[in-house]
Amino acid sequence: MFLLEHLWIIPALPLLGAALNGIFLRRQSHAVINTVALGTTALAFASAVELFREFSALATASVPWVKSFFPWIWAGDFRADYALQVDQLTMVMVLVVTGVGFLIHIYSTGYMEHDGGYGRFFCYMNLFMFFMLTLVLAANYVLLFVGWEGVGLCSYLLVGFWFLKKSATDAGNKAFWVNRVGDFGFLLAMFMLFRNFGSLDFTRVLPAAASAPADPAGHFGTFTWIALALMAGACGKSAQIPLYVWLPDAMEGPTPVSALIHAATMVTAGVYVVARSHIIFLHSPIAMAVVGVIGCVTALFAATIALVQTDIKKVLAYSTISQLGYMFLACGAGAFSAGIFHLMTHAFFKALLFLAAGSVIHAMGGEQDMRKMGGLRKKIPWTYWTMLIATLAIAGVPGFSGFFSKDAILSATFLSPYGGKVLWAIGAFTVLLTAFYMFRLIFLTFFGKAEYDEHQVHVHESPKSMLVPLVILAVLSVIGGWQAAPALWGGENHFDHYLAPVFADAASSAEPSTPAMNAHTIEQQLTLVAFILATLGFFIAWWLCIKNPKLRDSLANTFSAPYRLLVGKYYVDQLYAGAIVRPLVWSSNYVLWHAIDEGLIDGTVNGVAHLTSETGGQVRRVESGNTRSYASWIVLGAVVFTSLLLWLAVR
Amino acid sequence: MVPISYFIVLSAVLFGLGVIGFLFRRNIITMFMSIELMLNAVNLAFVAFSRAFSQLQGQIFVFFVIVVAAAEAAVGLAIVILIARNRQTLNVERVNLLKL
Amino acid sequence: MIVTILFFALALIAISGAVSLILQRHPIHSALSLIVVMVAIAGLYLLLGAQFIAAVQIIVYGGAIMVLFVFVIMLLNAGAEERTNFSRMAAYVGLPLAVVLAAGMAWWASTGSQSLPTLSGEVTQTHALAMMLFQEYAFPFELTSILVLIAILGALTLAKRESGQE
Repeated sequence: MFLLEHLWIIPALPLLGAALNGIFLRRQSHAVINTVALGTTALAFASAVELFREFSALATASVPWVKSFFPWIWAGDFRADYALQVDQLTMVMVLVVTGVGFLIHIYSTGYMEHDGGYGRFFCYMNLFMFFMLTLVLAANYVLLFVGWEGVGLCSYLLVGFWFLKKSATDAGNKAFWVNRVGDFGFLLAMFMLFRNFGSLDFTRVLPAAASAPADPAGHFGTFTWIALALMAGACGKSAQIPLYVWLPDAMEGPTPVSALIHAATMVTAGVYVVARSHIIFLHSPIAMAVVGVIGCVTALFAATIALVQTDIKKVLAYSTISQLGYMFLACGAGAFSAGIFHLMTHAFFKALLFLAAGSVIHAMGGEQDMRKMGGLRKKIPWTYWTMLIATLAIAGVPGFSGFFSKDAILSATFLSPYGGKVLWAIGAFTVLLTAFYMFRLIFLTFFGKAEYDEHQVHVHESPKSMLVPLVILAVLSVIGGWQAAPALWGGENHFDHYLAPVFADAASSAEPSTPAMNAHTIEQQLTLVAFILATLGFFIAWWLCIKNPKLRDSLANTFSAPYRLLVGKYYVDQLYAGAIVRPLVWSSNYVLWHAIDEGLIDGTVNGVAHLTSETGGQVRRVESGNTRSYASWIVLGAVVFTSLLLWLAVR
Repeated sequence: MVPISYFIVLSAVLFGLGVIGFLFRRNIITMFMSIELMLNAVNLAFVAFSRAFSQLQGQIFVFFVIVVAAAEAAVGLAIVILIARNRQTLNVERVNLLKL
Repeated sequence: MIVTILFFALALIAISGAVSLILQRHPIHSALSLIVVMVAIAGLYLLLGAQFIAAVQIIVYGGAIMVLFVFVIMLLNAGAEERTNFSRMAAYVGLPLAVVLAAGMAWWASTGSQSLPTLSGEVTQTHALAMMLFQEYAFPFELTSILVLIAILGALTLAKRESGQE
């Protein structure tokens, strides 16, 4: 019961590591920094495992387990404590965050070996872990928001890690600002929640929401506004349309950062919030539809852009956006546990993909353009095999983890009353695209002939510190989905059962429109369709990249307009720059700065002073030192006084 | 028959002339004399009113005004002599050490 | 009848004396004009029946104060006035204002005073005046004597030459 009583230890451990590394140990040897950073993270993971053991021993009635450590905000009726909560959803998130985080820390010791900011890097990484753990362990929206903002801060610090490079600092700024737009939505949601439920604790808000009547279909009621505001925040943090633009730019950061923050943990915070607040979303049909549509459209949109990218990390970035779209699609269809399941499997294989890509980049001496790679299969075999496993997982090849999670999402979309056949069709088509661009990446990088100068670049395999995490993640990418094998494959869906207490109300309100036996058959058919599409994608990639490479160029020339549109990423960045950024900068410059600050505020303050000075200067002229002038002033006074008396007398 | 108001009008006119003289002359002594003119005009008004209301207080007041005017003239001219000694001029506009 | 003629004559003398006062260049001419004004006003006092005041006017004002003025003018060798013009306020504002002042009071006097009686020709008793002065106004009377004493002392102190400074 020790950890359950002292939950604060789990986030505090990486915080301690960050403080030590950041304040005292920045200039020490790598061994010292490693001990502190890796040690605290390992301890955090061990604590998470121990917490799992303790939590499993708890009686059902004590779940969710909430522990309040000190009263933080207490203003009138509003109370927000520093309180941490554990339930099954928290457990999944904590294990994923600490486990994958620990593996990435190990990887970073090898990847960042020659970097001058080694200590600073691990300080920021540990700080990120602290904030992310605060986010998932929080028992109220306010503490969650602290973690939310904190991970945004760490994202800024880590994306702009090589701050001497302008593109990196620009990317860091962009990440922070776009997130901020989403955070505004999150804040509005918190305000509305407080106004309607009087508290922001999960244990008070969520049951109260459950017992309140739902918004009728097509009506913008209270729940709709709250859910839409939360979704706005989630769009910012989890890079959905329209706030996804920061994630591709965030690839400026070191590859371990991309793996940890932009694949496994931070970007999943949005999905976590939606899952945590699922009862609010379920009470609003409009919000469910919005979430599903946004997720689906984003999945398709990002996948199309990934088809033509040449930078290996950018392909993975757009792939992340696309897979996050799948998670939101699941939430929009009411299958929240399927969304969380995909979150977990995605953490495994996407982190693996990024780390392997980092290994490739390291082997190529810093090259990230796939057109300059080729034929690396024999030269860096460990990297090749692990990356291949991850690609099979993401493409949804049966047996690998991604297969189970993606299938769960697609069948839930098809069957759920919130979903539609259209959404399913788009999702299925995206499966084809996903398979295509991922295998294209594999073929361009590892197959074919070397497009680089073999004398300039000495391709070498990465050190053990980088390879061991790759192998562990590869294993997880394979077996990670097995415990959630759905019934139709002969397995018990343990994952859904595990999360069932959290999403109990979701299951009851999402009545399947088809009876169970029929659902089974439909599921089997959908799985078959998805498998066929994935295989089709694989073949198209093989045809275009291995068999007939010149076809790619001629296709690009034939369909040059769509091709350029995709390469230009639909020109969304330019659109935002022209429609939002430029007017904003202009108005800040001319309206807020020159007109209001300098003209109005400074003008008023200086004007008052100036007026006083001028008045004084004018009044001073009465005291001229000249007797005759004094005399005339006296006469003036006499005239005024006499007139007054006369006027009073006459009246 | 002469209404008393004629005397008041005359007093007002003399007073106005005294003010004009005070404002427009630059010689200190002449300015002083304008002040005496103003005092005289006021005295005339007092006496006229005293006659109009058949009260003697007006004339008593004139008596005191004359005494005070005498004292004031004495001290004032002493000051004028001092100014003339120190500033070597009788032009009041030259007595302007307090000018800004 | 004769009172009217006398009034206008004396008024004319007084006004012309005043005008001459403000227009003459040499202060001695102004002083002499002022004496003319004072004599005219003394005459007006007689018309109003205040013989004591008229006598005091001639004796004190004309005989003492104006003599003092003339002596000072002589002592200081005051010459013709120089024409400086350092005060715009006095030049442009003063004249209109003075006119306004005089006109205002004159207008009031002539329009708002139906209650004032006309002159008939009584003569006040000096006896009555003296009685009032020494009974009701004895205290101010004594005060003025002290005032005169102070004035004498002041004038002496101010105008005395410093010993050794010549």
